[in-house]
Amino acid sequence: MSELVPRAADPIRPAAASPLRITVDGATLEGLQGQSIAGVLLAHGRTAWRTTVAGHPRGAFCGIGVCFDCVATVNGESDVRTCMRRARDGDAVETQDDGTSNDGTEPGERP
Amino acid sequence: MSVSVLVIGAGPAGLSAAVAAADAGAMVTLLDAGDGLGGQYWRHLPPERSSVREARLHHGWPLFERLRERVAADEAITVLTEAQVWAVETTGAVTVRVLVGPADAAGREPLALAADAIVFATGAHDRTLPFPGWNLPGTFSAGAAQALAKGERIAVGRRAVVAGAGPFLLPVARSLTDAGAEVLGVYEAARPLHAAKGWLARPHRLLGAARKGPELAGYLGHHLRRRIPYRLGAAVVEARGEGRVEEAVIARLDADWAPVPGTERTVAVDAVCVSHGFTPRLELPIAAGCRTGPDRFVLVDADQRTSVPGVYAAGEITGIGGVDAALVEGRIAGHRAAGGDRSALRADLRRRRAADDVARRIEAAHGVRPGWRAWLRDDTVVCRCEEVPYGRLRDTAAATAQDSLRSLKLTTRAGLGICQARMCGRTVEELTGAAPASAADTSDQRPLAAPIRLGDLAGLATTPHGGKDTQ
Repeated sequence: MSELVPRAADPIRPAAASPLRITVDGATLEGLQGQSIAGVLLAHGRTAWRTTVAGHPRGAFCGIGVCFDCVATVNGESDVRTCMRRARDGDAVETQDDGTSNDGTEPGERP
Repeated sequence: MSVSVLVIGAGPAGLSAAVAAADAGAMVTLLDAGDGLGGQYWRHLPPERSSVREARLHHGWPLFERLRERVAADEAITVLTEAQVWAVETTGAVTVRVLVGPADAAGREPLALAADAIVFATGAHDRTLPFPGWNLPGTFSAGAAQALAKGERIAVGRRAVVAGAGPFLLPVARSLTDAGAEVLGVYEAARPLHAAKGWLARPHRLLGAARKGPELAGYLGHHLRRRIPYRLGAAVVEARGEGRVEEAVIARLDADWAPVPGTERTVAVDAVCVSHGFTPRLELPIAAGCRTGPDRFVLVDADQRTSVPGVYAAGEITGIGGVDAALVEGRIAGHRAAGGDRSALRADLRRRRAADDVARRIEAAHGVRPGWRAWLRDDTVVCRCEEVPYGRLRDTAAATAQDSLRSLKLTTRAGLGICQARMCGRTVEELTGAAPASAADTSDQRPLAAPIRLGDLAGLATTPHGGKDTQ
C-alpha cells in the first residue's frame, strides 16, 4: 500500500503544510498544500482510480506526466494528469471509466 | 543588441545552459512544463512543504541551489514554469507556442515566444519493457517511485522490489528506503560479465567523471549497509494479484536476458518498480527538424548544435550520460547559442569527453538485450493505452507481412492511445520488426508535442499568433 511518510518520522522533516480537502467521486479526502492530486490519492493508499475500456483498474504508473494512466476529471475537465496537477482546496475529482466514456469522445481521439 | 536564447527544460542541462547563455551576454527565457526547477534529477518538495535537510535526498544539491538562485536573481534570465511548449517553428526566427497554467487545464494562457537561438534540454523518461502484470496497479516505473519519494514524500509501497537495468535502479532503491519502504531486492538484468565489461574497461577514464563515480560508490555502500540484495542477471518477469500487485515473480536471466527456466521464485510485495533504461523526449527536436542518429538521439556537433541552424540540444536527448554530461553539454550549448567564443570552452570540452565515456559504459553494461521477449505471453499487454496484447500484435505483423510501423499501428491500434506511444512505441517497433521507414514514421514523431484540448486548439487557430508576442 502506498503511503505518505509521516512527518515526525521523516529524516528530512518537511515544513508542516496547511491541510486541504478535495472530493473524489463525492467523498472528501484530506491532503496537504503542495501535493499533486495523485499524491493525495496515494497518500490515502489508493493506487487505482481509472478504469480502462476493457474494465481494468489503473492509477499512477510513470509519475511524471508521460503515460496518462492516472488521468481523471478535475472540476469538470476530463483527462487531467493527476500526477502533474497540484491539488487545490475544493477540487472536485471524478474518476474516469473509459468503458462508459461520458464526454462522447473515443479514447485516443484527442491529439 | 544582445542575442535572445530560449531554453526548453529546466533540469541540469537546461539550468546550466540558461546560466551559460546569460554569462555570454544573451537575454534568456527558460521554460519548464513543471511548476518547479531541477527536472527529474533534482525533483524536490514543493515550497509549501520545503525542507532545510532536502540535500540528504539528492546528489549535487548545493549546485542545484546555486543554479536556482542564479536564474532567479539574474535580470537577463526570465523563468516561466508550468509552461508547456506544444509546437515549434524554425523557418526564419525560432518560435515556440506555449500554454502557461496548471497541467492540462482548459483556458491556459497562450504565448508565442521567438528568439535568435533555442536550446532543447527536454530530458528523458524511463523505458519499461512490458511483462505479464505490468499493467496492474502497484506496478510503477522506477522513475515514478523516485519522483513520488523525492517530490511528495510518498512511498509507493511498503514491501517493494526494484528491477530493470542500469545504475538508476540504485538511487530508486535508496529513495524508497528513505521513504520508509522495505526494499526486498534490486534485480539488474545485466549479468556480471556484461556489467563488468561495461564498467571496468579503462577504469582510469572514470576518474574524469567527477560526480558519477562517487555517486555510484555511495549507493553501493548504502546497499551493503542496508543489506538490500543486489542481484545481477535477474529480473521481475511477472507481477500477479487480484486487481493490484500482490506478488512478483523473479527469475534468473541468461546473457541475452531470457529467463532461465526453473529459476522462478515468488515474493509477496505491494509495489514493483521497473525501469530498463531511458527514452529521450524527442518530440520538440523532431518537430523542429533536428536530425537524429541511428541510436535515436539528437545529433549534435562539438558545439551541441543540431542539424537545424539556431537549434542546440543538451542533456539526455543527445545520449543517456547522466548529470555530469547534462551539465557540461548545457554549458557548451548555452554559451554557443548566445554567440560565445569557442576558445572559452576548452575545459568543458574535455569534461564532456569523460561524460560521454560514462554514457558508452551504461549502454555497454545495461543496454536492452533481445531475450526479454521470452517473458511475454500472448495476453501480455504491450500498449497500455489501447490494451493491445502481444499475441495480437505479433500475429497481425506476421499475417499481413506489414513492415510499415504506421499501417501496423492503424491495424492493431498499438501506440495510438492517449500517451501517443511514449510508453510502448519503441517496444512495438522492436517486437514487430516494423522498422521505421523514415524519421517521420518512427514512434517518436508526434503531431503535437504535448496534449492540448481541442477547444483550445480551435481557439488558437483563429488567432494565428496565439496571444501576445514577446518581440
